[in-house]
Amino acid sequence: MTTENSSRTSTVPETDSEEYSSVNPATDMIDCKLSRRDFVKTVGYFTGAGALGLQLISVETIVECAPLEFSASAHTVELTVNGLVHKLTMDTRVTLLDALREYLKLTGTKKGCDHGQCGACTVLVNGRRINSCLSLAVTHQGDQITTIEGLSGGEELHPLQTAFIEHDGFQCGYCTPGQICSAVALLEEARRGDASFVTPDLAHTGRVELTPEEIRERMSGNVCRCGAYPGIVQAVQTASRTL
Amino acid sequence: MNTIGKPISRVDGKLKVTGSARYSAEFDMPGLCYAVLVQSTIPAGRIAGMDDSLARKAAGVLAVLTPENAQRLPGAEKRLSLLQDNQVYYNGQPVAVVVAEKLEEAHHAASLIKIRYSVSAPKLDFVAGFPSSHPGNHNGEPGDMSWGDVDGALKDSDIKIDQVYTTPIHHHNPMEPHAAIAQWNGDELTVHESAQDISGHRAKLAKLFGVQESNVRLICLFVGGGFGCKGPLWSHVPLAAMAARQVNRPVKIVLERPQMFGPVGARPRTHQRLTVGATREGKLTAIRHEVHAHTSVIEDYLESSAFPTRVMYGCPNVSTIHRIVDLNLGTPTYTRAPGVATGTYALEVAMDELAYKLNMDPLQLRLLNYTENDPQTKLPFTGKHLRDCYTRAAERFGWSNRTREPRSMRDGSQLIGWGVATETYPANRRPASALVRFKPDGRVLVATGTHEIGNGIYTIMIQTAADALNVSPDLIDAQLGDTALPPAPITAGSMTVASVTPAIQTAAERVRTRLLQMAVADSGSPVHDASVDEVDFKDGLIFRKLSPNRSEKLGDFIARNGGQPIEGIAHVEPDETLKQKFASHSFGAVFAEVSVDPDLGPTRVRRVTAVYDVGKVLNEKTARSQFIGGIVWGIGLALHEDSHMDARTGRIVNENLADYHVPVNADIGEIDVSAIDIADTHLNPLGARGIGEIGITGTAAAVANAIYHATGKRIRDLPITPQKLIA
Repeated sequence: MTTENSSRTSTVPETDSEEYSSVNPATDMIDCKLSRRDFVKTVGYFTGAGALGLQLISVETIVECAPLEFSASAHTVELTVNGLVHKLTMDTRVTLLDALREYLKLTGTKKGCDHGQCGACTVLVNGRRINSCLSLAVTHQGDQITTIEGLSGGEELHPLQTAFIEHDGFQCGYCTPGQICSAVALLEEARRGDASFVTPDLAHTGRVELTPEEIRERMSGNVCRCGAYPGIVQAVQTASRTL
Repeated sequence: MNTIGKPISRVDGKLKVTGSARYSAEFDMPGLCYAVLVQSTIPAGRIAGMDDSLARKAAGVLAVLTPENAQRLPGAEKRLSLLQDNQVYYNGQPVAVVVAEKLEEAHHAASLIKIRYSVSAPKLDFVAGFPSSHPGNHNGEPGDMSWGDVDGALKDSDIKIDQVYTTPIHHHNPMEPHAAIAQWNGDELTVHESAQDISGHRAKLAKLFGVQESNVRLICLFVGGGFGCKGPLWSHVPLAAMAARQVNRPVKIVLERPQMFGPVGARPRTHQRLTVGATREGKLTAIRHEVHAHTSVIEDYLESSAFPTRVMYGCPNVSTIHRIVDLNLGTPTYTRAPGVATGTYALEVAMDELAYKLNMDPLQLRLLNYTENDPQTKLPFTGKHLRDCYTRAAERFGWSNRTREPRSMRDGSQLIGWGVATETYPANRRPASALVRFKPDGRVLVATGTHEIGNGIYTIMIQTAADALNVSPDLIDAQLGDTALPPAPITAGSMTVASVTPAIQTAAERVRTRLLQMAVADSGSPVHDASVDEVDFKDGLIFRKLSPNRSEKLGDFIARNGGQPIEGIAHVEPDETLKQKFASHSFGAVFAEVSVDPDLGPTRVRRVTAVYDVGKVLNEKTARSQFIGGIVWGIGLALHEDSHMDARTGRIVNENLADYHVPVNADIGEIDVSAIDIADTHLNPLGARGIGEIGITGTAAAVANAIYHATGKRIRDLPITPQKLIA
């Protein structure tokens, strides 16, 4: 059958499932009276957005074709990264991660998933760890942003960087900058007394003891596909003793 | 120097922890622009029409490549999707490429392309495809191999196990997505690519574009993980090169995470039937291992799950059979311990089932069927110390404290289980080349076109050269990942060290000899007129053995002799006759402790102990990480990883890292790994057999067996998720 869809957002062929399964492999072309586009549009009007979430995503793209109206706007922002102020005029769609990597050429911060699911892009904003892929660059005017490049003082490594090398808390190294930035914030969170899911006593105030279990839990937003987790835990524990 | 074996920290560690290690998407060049892939949304059929008019008009767009307008490639092949025709073979297949000034512009424009498809009935039902499945081979080894009389022996067996074990589709998901930057200069193509096989990719790109291999250069200084998926050349790389040619600028393409679930390989789904016969005393009499695994409709790939059954135990009657089912999915490929990871899961769970049926300790059953020779060829092993692995690992784990009955061990409300499995991986080696260069500044360069993928090869290269030359590692630099260097094989199959270090040793020996020959011939040298045997080179000094004070610094010698570097290059081939004399495999024993929540079902792997026989360990620190990494993958195989395919559309529905579960830090407990560390010099002079993959083998079975011990439930379908345990 000949149908139509938008290429990037839909994962469903533009035909309803009955027609789809009834396709005869011998006569692979079938005329389709009601195109899927019309079909879901109709259904969409009557059912609302809930029940057919997946299909409606494609409907939105096809029916509204919103991008036609879209025009990117440029915006000027001053980003303070590792103590240096950079004045950038950028498309407002640029994420903080892409601003760092593609505009400022600070490629130490990594893109792993672009969806806030892997932690490779972790940076510190005003001392807190965030996934820079989930944040638009233009929202960071005035913020203090610290990336992996800003942790060491020249030749002198940050104690966490030294500990990651010593305990081999990485293999390929791609998740490492995110792991280390995450760990820097972790140490501060523990010092402050922030509880985690595994903290035994939530009434306790003051510094949290960083047991291996606490570290594992608090580092679980940073995926390491090489599986260097035991080394990461050792490195964070070692650094927590020296800082 | 004596650096081999020492726990030396990675020489590239500082680059990695400071964010200075440069991965393939991180090279900047004038005019760099961005390409984004458009993928098919149907599993089979053809593109009936494509409307790219909006995309072409969108801001910043430089080009839209479609099947209609794309450059026709002289060497195009069906396995790649290079817009040469309008056929669609799987959902997620690249069908267009948008190039724009900025990444955001390319993304947006890609969303504006409208495609009409003519849909064919796809082949997506794995089991329904069994009747039309076909045989295949894996790296030239036949999928089918048998010895003895399996049917007869099974009929006469006292005890029989006959079960089906299944494993799902996995996607490699290295943290660094596939990435390439392609740039043409006339007929010369340079590609920065995250690749495990720069030489192989160079050859393929040259063929595709009809240019000389010498006109193509691949560069890859660091691979942000690969696990097999960056071994083959996939479509996005030639597509980036096509785009670069069209816009006449360097083009960068980085796959988005969802694009890692289709066009760049997978571990195929397997269906494994194991029929095992034994005597009442526990001696194996027959094993039949029948495997079905899927491939795509455009290329054969065989998941060789029954291969480990050919080598693991002494058994007089064995039959190993593989059948491939063609499906409208992206082509699967090598995934960490291809075949062996899935195969040892099935075989080692079947052994556990047999042990319970025999009322025998599962470790005892394995020792009872221990083999000193390769069971198929009867050849001796180049080295096998598996018995020591069992003994040492059992002791470290405390196996003797295990109570046999399922559900007999508890910790509070949690059920505790202990399981064991055997691990194995073949020892591979391929031809490799290397150069060692004495530089005018007195430093030494060691270089080969291999790949740093987390294996620690920068460090191992320097250790190898340091020991071969008697030079401090601090004086040595390593270079790799460039086809301008002497070529090395694909970084896969746990063979990098076994292949590359002999080439480095030979090159080092050559450059050392050359230096000493030049020195004794040089009238200005303090060693002039001595014979080469009477002089030596150590720690940067050339000297007479009998009067070491008569010495000269390497840098001074080179400066006086024209200031040119002195170089040794070697190409070294493995001994092909070795296979006629020996079988060569690594082995290991792995023990796991799990806790299972009897009410809610989640399993936690509390601790794993493994001991490996992998020949000589070249660096205790990096080796430990390789073993642990393999075990973490084994835990993912047992408990987490599962790509769900939509049965109608052939799309992977959990194509992201929130829904495709890989182990995170909190999933991993204590891991205790060690090695027997006895050199196996049959394979190479250093006696190393490779360690990248053995850790995943056996581990999933040890976990599955521990879960049975904890719960009394035998789950034969991976991953073992909570709902399967409380069902």
